[in-house]
Amino acid sequence: MKAVDPILKVENLSLTTIDHKPLVNDVSLSVGSGESLGLVGESGSGKSLTLRSILGLLPSSIRQAGGKITANGKCAMVFQDPIGSLDPLSPIVSQLAEVVYYNQNVSRKAARTIAVDLLQMLGLPESLKHKDRYPRQLSGGQCQRVVIAMALARKPDILLCDEPTTALDVTVQKQILDTITNLQKELGFAMVFVTHNLAVASAMCGRLCVMKEGRIVEQGDTMQVVGHSKDPYTRMLIDAVLPLPSLERRAE
Amino acid sequence: MNHMEAALQPLHAGTKKNSFIRKALRTPTFLCGSIMMAILVFMAVFAPYLTPYDPSQLDLSAALQPPSSEHWLGTDQLGRDLFSRLIYAARTDLKVMVLAEIIPFILGVFIGMAAGYFGKWVNSLIMLTTDTFIAFPFYLIVIIIAFVSGTGEQGIYITFMLVGWIVYARVIRGLSSTFRKQEWIASAKMLGLSDVRIILKHLLPNVLPQAVIVLMTDMALLLVAIVTLGYLGIGIAPPTPDWGTMIFDGQPFITTKWWLSAMPGLAVVYTGIALSLIGDGLADIWRR
Amino acid sequence: MQTNKMLGSSAKQPAANIILPYKWLVLALLRAALVVICVIVAVFFLIRLVPGDPVKMILGEYASPEAIEKMRHQLGLDLSLWEQFTRFVTNFFTRGDTGSSIIFGTSSRDLIIDRAPVTLLLVVMASLIAIVFSLVLAAIAATHKDGLLDHLIRILPSISLGMPIFWVGLLLIIIFSVYLKWFPVGGTGEGWGMLYSLILPAITVALSQIPSLVRSLRAQILEVLEADFVVTLRAAGIPPRVILFKHVLRNSSIPALMLLGVNVAYMMGGTLVIEQVFDIRGIGSLLFTAISNRDFPVIQGIALYCAIAVVIISFLIEMISGYLDPRTKRER
Repeated sequence: MKAVDPILKVENLSLTTIDHKPLVNDVSLSVGSGESLGLVGESGSGKSLTLRSILGLLPSSIRQAGGKITANGKCAMVFQDPIGSLDPLSPIVSQLAEVVYYNQNVSRKAARTIAVDLLQMLGLPESLKHKDRYPRQLSGGQCQRVVIAMALARKPDILLCDEPTTALDVTVQKQILDTITNLQKELGFAMVFVTHNLAVASAMCGRLCVMKEGRIVEQGDTMQVVGHSKDPYTRMLIDAVLPLPSLERRAE
Repeated sequence: MNHMEAALQPLHAGTKKNSFIRKALRTPTFLCGSIMMAILVFMAVFAPYLTPYDPSQLDLSAALQPPSSEHWLGTDQLGRDLFSRLIYAARTDLKVMVLAEIIPFILGVFIGMAAGYFGKWVNSLIMLTTDTFIAFPFYLIVIIIAFVSGTGEQGIYITFMLVGWIVYARVIRGLSSTFRKQEWIASAKMLGLSDVRIILKHLLPNVLPQAVIVLMTDMALLLVAIVTLGYLGIGIAPPTPDWGTMIFDGQPFITTKWWLSAMPGLAVVYTGIALSLIGDGLADIWRR
Repeated sequence: MQTNKMLGSSAKQPAANIILPYKWLVLALLRAALVVICVIVAVFFLIRLVPGDPVKMILGEYASPEAIEKMRHQLGLDLSLWEQFTRFVTNFFTRGDTGSSIIFGTSSRDLIIDRAPVTLLLVVMASLIAIVFSLVLAAIAATHKDGLLDHLIRILPSISLGMPIFWVGLLLIIIFSVYLKWFPVGGTGEGWGMLYSLILPAITVALSQIPSLVRSLRAQILEVLEADFVVTLRAAGIPPRVILFKHVLRNSSIPALMLLGVNVAYMMGGTLVIEQVFDIRGIGSLLFTAISNRDFPVIQGIALYCAIAVVIISFLIEMISGYLDPRTKRER
C-alpha cells in the first residue's frame, strides 16, 4: 500500500433535490492513483449521482448541499447508455476528433488522425478512416467503445464509469470490461466503477464501497468486504450473487 | 357502472365536484382568468345598465371627440360613444364566439373519439379529411366559406361548423387511440362490453377535460377570426357593434385618434388572456 | 385502405437502416398525392356548395335569359357533373388553369402568377424572421430557465393568443410608419423598394407564429440540454458555447423545421389578411377582388394553388427532416 495522497477524495458529500429531499447523505470515499474503487448499490442508492457530482455535472434538479470533492487529476466519464451518449447528428470520428481537439493541443487535422487511431486501438473497424459513421449505424458495444475513446482522449488520471455495461448484451459486456481492464493496465489511470452488480465490481476493483439509500454502509478491500462483510445489506447483496468457488459464504 | 366494469377498471383518482372547486381556488392562473372573464361577461350581460349611451345613438356634431368625462373613451366618426359601443360589441362577439363553438366542439370530440377508438379505415378516412382541410390556410378557407355561405352572423356559424371541428378531432383522436390500447379494454370487450358503452361511459369522461382545455384556446382563436372577418367586411354586419368593424372604422384616423382602433383590439387581447389563463389553470388543476 | 396496411407494417428499424431506405419516402409521397386529389375535389365542389344559382349571383337577378345562357356555357355549367369535373381536372393539369376570370377575362392562372411573387416573398421573409427569432428567444429562455427572462418569454403565447394579426399590423404601422417614419405606411414598392416595404408586413406575420414556435422550441431545447449526449460532451471538456451552438441547436433545429412546416399554412392565411392592412398587391388583394365580384374561377384557382403549395412544402419539410434525422420519419 502506498502512503501517498489520494488522487480523488470525497468528503461528507450530501446531495438533495430542489425541495430538499436528501438523495445522498454524508458520503466519503477516496481513491489512490492507479487504484480501482467499485461503487455498488441498487437503483436509487445515489451512486450515479455521486459520480456526476465528482465531475460537477449534476442534473438541474439536484443540488449539492454539503461536502467537499478534491480531485488531483483530470477526470473523464463513461456513461450507461452508449447510443444516447453520442450526438445523433455528429459522425463518430468527427465527434471524437472534436474532443481530442479541445483536450489536446493539436491541430484539427492531427486531432482527426489521433481520433481514428484511438478508435482502432479500441477495436473499431479500420473502414472508419475512409467513411465516417453515425451513432445509430453502430451497435451498442461499438458505441460504448467510442464513448470510452472520448474519455481517454482527455488523457484522464481518473476514469469514472457509470454502469458502462448494463445496457449491453452479456457477451459484449465481458468484452468491454476486458477492454477497460487492459486499458487501465496500460495507461495506469485510477477508476471509480459504479454498478449494481456486485460480482462485476469484485472482479474489476480492488476496493469496494457499498451504498444504500444514499449512504455508504460498508467500505474496504474487496476481499475483506466480500469475504467478511459486517453489514447485513452487503451480505444480502452477496447472497444474491451466485456462489464463487474461491469465497466462503456465511449462510445465515 | 356495473360491478364488472368497476372491477376491470384501473383505479381512478376520484374527481368529485367539491374537490374540483377546492383545487380551483388554489390555482392562481385559473382564478385570475375566471375573474377576468367574469368581469367581461358581467359587463356584457348588464350592458344596458352600465353604458351611459345607446351604442347606435348618432350625434354627428360630437364626432371624433377625444376621451372626456362625458365620453370616457371618446366618440367615433359618427358621434357614437366608444365606451358603450365597446361593451355592446362584447355582447355580440362573445355571444357569437360561444354559439359558434358548440357544434364544432361536439362534432370534433365525437369524430376524434371514433377515429382514435376504432382506428383502421375509420381513422384513415377521418385523417384524410382533416389533412385535406388543413392544407388550406385557415384564413383562406374561412374567408371563402364565410363569403360563399353568406356574410354576417349566419356565415360565421356555417364556416366554423365546417372547419372548427378539426382541431378537436386531432387532439381527441390521439387521446382515444392511447386509451384504446389499455389492457383492461381488451378484457372488457371480451366479456361482452359494447363499444358504444365503453366510448360513452369511459372514453368520453376521460377525454373531456383535455377537450375543454382545447376549447378555451380555440374560443380565443375563434374570437380573433370573428373580429378579423368583421374587419375585412365579411363578418358581423354593421350597425351591430363588433370589435372588428370598430377597428376598421378607426383605421382612417389612426394617426390622430389611434384609440379608436386600439381599444377594440385591446378588448380582444384581454379576452384572449382571460381564456388562456383559464385554459392553463384547468390544465394545472386536472394534472394533479 | 391499402395504403394504411402498408403504412402500418413499417415498424421501427434498429440501428442499421440500410434495408429499403426509400420506403418511407414512397409512402409519404402517396399520402401527399392522396391529399392533393381530395383538395382538387373539394375545390371543385366549392362553388356548387353555394346556395342559389351561381350564374344569377354573378349577373344579378334581372339578367336576360340570353346572358344567363351565355354565362352558363362559359362556366361550363351546362355540362354534366362528371364532364365538368374532368374538364376542371384536365384544365388544371395541362394548363394550371381553373377557368377564365369573369371580370378580367384572362386565365386565372395568369392572374395568380402575376400576383404570386409578392405573396411568396412575404411568406419567405416571414418564415425566416420567425425561425431566427424563435430559435434565439427559445435558446435564451432555455438557458435562463426559471429566470426572469424565461418567465417573460413564456408569457408571450398567452398574451398573443388574442391578438388579431391585422390589429398588430395596425399597431406596427402606428409605431414604425407614422410615429418613427422608418417604413412606408403601405403599398408594395418597386424593385429593391419592395423588399423594404415588405419588412413590416413580414414582421407582423412572423409575430403571429413566434409565440407558439418559441414555446415548442424551448421545450425541445430543454429536452436536448438534459440529454445524455450533452452530459457526455460536457464531461469531455468541450466548451459550453460550442456545445450550445453546434450540438444543441442543431438537434433542436429539426423539430423547428417541422414546426415551421406546420405553420406555413397559417402564415399563408395571415399574409392574405395582412395584404389588406398594408395595401399590398399580392394574392390576398386578388382574392378579395374576386370574392366581391364572385369571380369563382379565380377563387378556385387561389384556393387550389395555396393548398397544393402547403402540401408540397409540408412534404418537402418532411423529406428534409427525415433525411437529416431518421428518427422523425412518421409512423402511422
